[in-house]
Amino acid sequence: MAHAHESNTKRIWLVFGILSLVTIVEVALGMAKPAALHHTNLFGMNILNWIFIILTLFKAYYIVWAFMHMEGETKSLRRSVVWTAVFLILYLAFILLVEGHYVFGVFKNSTIKWNF
Amino acid sequence: MGATVTANTVGKVWGGANEPLGASYGKLMMWFFILSDALTFSGFIVAYGFSRFKFIETWPIADEVFTHFPFMHGQNLPLYYVALMTFILIFSSVTMVLAVDAGHKMDKAKVAFYMFLTVVGGLIFVGSQAWEWKNFIQGEYGAVESKGGSILQFVNSKGERLKLSEVAVTLPEERVQHKKSNGIWFSDEATLPSYSVNEVLAGFKANKDVLIRIETIYSEDTKEIKGIHPTLNKEKHKIVLNRAESEARLATAKDVVEGANLQKNEYGSKLFADFFFFITGFHGFHVFSGVMINLIILLNVLLGTYQKRGSYEMVEKVGLYWHFVDLVWVFVFTFFYLV
Repeated sequence: MAHAHESNTKRIWLVFGILSLVTIVEVALGMAKPAALHHTNLFGMNILNWIFIILTLFKAYYIVWAFMHMEGETKSLRRSVVWTAVFLILYLAFILLVEGHYVFGVFKNSTIKWNF
Repeated sequence: MGATVTANTVGKVWGGANEPLGASYGKLMMWFFILSDALTFSGFIVAYGFSRFKFIETWPIADEVFTHFPFMHGQNLPLYYVALMTFILIFSSVTMVLAVDAGHKMDKAKVAFYMFLTVVGGLIFVGSQAWEWKNFIQGEYGAVESKGGSILQFVNSKGERLKLSEVAVTLPEERVQHKKSNGIWFSDEATLPSYSVNEVLAGFKANKDVLIRIETIYSEDTKEIKGIHPTLNKEKHKIVLNRAESEARLATAKDVVEGANLQKNEYGSKLFADFFFFITGFHGFHVFSGVMINLIILLNVLLGTYQKRGSYEMVEKVGLYWHFVDLVWVFVFTFFYLV
């Protein structure tokens, strides 16, 4: 093993605290849905949704780094797992969401009625 | 760099002693499996995103779909239950890490205890998932489906949702469900809804206060839709129609829909139900298999297999899988319930 195994119970509970706190913030925002964030549009989505996605990625970082102990793995392992996932997912999301938005426009502006 | 392999390591390259990325064979393979599984889940979630973007103006609003909490009947409580489920899963991730941590100290009793808690957490989560499915399948208010396949829901003059039972009247008619046992032997039909279309229509005609709510969400782009109710509509809420347009829409009613399944969905877009069942089902299946694998490892811990082996790395490997299941849930939570 490239990394030493020392007990880190304290850190585990700290990460649990962080994840819980972020979840509570997400739920609070989801309940309140402040109009200043919700009724906006930034790059095709409202700011509230962007906040949710960023908080989710924040949680994902802690789960992978602390719980799955990615921080203790070698740089090469970290990169081959994380970069592969990140690039492929970003690519897939970009292609499909742009396409979905386009199809929405086609349906909306077409002469064929679909929603009746 | 390939040419710099020195003579004294060459013999070990294929012997199993070599750890290319500083991780053991099993751990590395677990990481590769997790990576491929992550891409599978991304495929599903992005497909959900595609369908949602395609029907962005008519997609169901999650807060209106998942509103139940155990022992709190008839109250509108979105997000709380799923947040609780998220906590349960995160907590079972914590106990898993604690088991791995105890494994590093070769503390058999502690590993077993924390593995046990992890299994319990997983089972509670799967049970909660089942309850969530039950509510979704059962539905709450019921709706009518038009000939064009869109969902028409009922509200009163204040814009509050009405159940089918509050709208429909009982007519002296009876329709027997067509089963294989009582009709044509090679075909049957789904369970009949509590009310027929005629009963709902008759109830709607009798009560002038009832209005129709359609799938389209009210916004700058949709406020030109014909027959929108002048006062009841709010930004980012489903459109309520005025009485005249409600009557016109209801004239095309074809089916009464109660709850959700793979063919019908009283909450709106059928794709929403399809993706919900498929993605949370696939995730639930992962949790279930995780619980099973954790049980097997727990059994091995109790038998002292890893104590004899001198390493609790097996616990680490199943731990990786278990955290991954938690990781996926974090994303499902966001994309199905929050966004």
